[in-house]
Amino acid sequence: MADRKNILDLYFLDARARLIDIAAFMDRVDRAGGGADFRYDAFREALKSLGDGQPGRAEKVLLAFSDPTNEPIPEATTKAACGAWPGANNG
Amino acid sequence: MRYIEPHGHMVSRTTDDYRAMTMAGCQAVCEPAFWAGFDRSSAQGFYDYFCQLTQHEPRRASMFGLPHYTWLCINPKESEDLALADEVLAIIPEFMGSPNVLGIGEIGLNKNSRNEMTVLEKHVDLAARNDQLILVHTPHLEDKRKGTRLILDVLKADSRIRPERCIIDHVEEHTVKMVLDDGFWAGMTLYPETKCTANRAIDILELYGDERIWMNSACDWGISVPLAVPQAAQEMKRRGNDARFIDKVVYQNPIEFMSQSPRFTRPEEL
Repeated sequence: MADRKNILDLYFLDARARLIDIAAFMDRVDRAGGGADFRYDAFREALKSLGDGQPGRAEKVLLAFSDPTNEPIPEATTKAACGAWPGANNG
Repeated sequence: MRYIEPHGHMVSRTTDDYRAMTMAGCQAVCEPAFWAGFDRSSAQGFYDYFCQLTQHEPRRASMFGLPHYTWLCINPKESEDLALADEVLAIIPEFMGSPNVLGIGEIGLNKNSRNEMTVLEKHVDLAARNDQLILVHTPHLEDKRKGTRLILDVLKADSRIRPERCIIDHVEEHTVKMVLDDGFWAGMTLYPETKCTANRAIDILELYGDERIWMNSACDWGISVPLAVPQAAQEMKRRGNDARFIDKVVYQNPIEFMSQSPRFTRPEEL
């Protein structure tokens, strides 16, 4: 098993920088005008899994952004994915 | 270091990339058919692309002593048009006999639509009838979990398909377990933003082990890094993974999977 100190030695500064980037991103979004956006709603929901103290955080974050349904959609009207599920009636 | 790039779209890369890859220790490159970034207007466009994959690109790679293998299909991004897909599926058998063709790929789903599912099933049938290996693309971002589940269901519903002859690519933390639990191979794509970072891929290896799994760069015309695999191997070394573990993931495992095709030759036997 990896030693915690070694992992922190390797990755703490990188993770710290990314966390500050996330904080700055949220400040930037809040400063900007405009209404609610499903992507940002999903982002804030995903953040909750970081603080629950349980393993599997990366998987939980990915699932927070994922389409939870199981049936094929009738037709693909776009090729692109945007990173968060807009909801069944907003695809 | 030695490694195999099991998923690289070299038609999108420069000759300098070939040189950098071989200098980094690349022993073979494998190129699935994919979307060009724009829709081809006819089956003739695919015919030309398949010629490029089976004739021109192997010659370009050979300038650097690099074996080049390929996979054929119509990409799920172009599968909404069923008539076009049928035309392309009809010309694939003409190229299956080419010496560098390993199988059918990268098939799969993009937006998880009904037509994409239909075309996926036709590709699976084509592979089964011709005893071909299968390389599967799983959808991007919010569509990946659902699409991976749908793809696995299609493959498992066909009794002719053996999971150990299929690789399900672009797995992440929320899909890797379902792929491995069903007996398939799993590919992790190392992208700076939209798939796995090297560190997340190494985490997955440490959690799920080194059996039936590989890493690739999927370098193409988008934001991607042709040297992502050797860079990840270097990160594994930095993290303290031993040399045998690293070699198994970046070299032995791709060989183990692709050697199921008689067309693949171990690099040390060339």
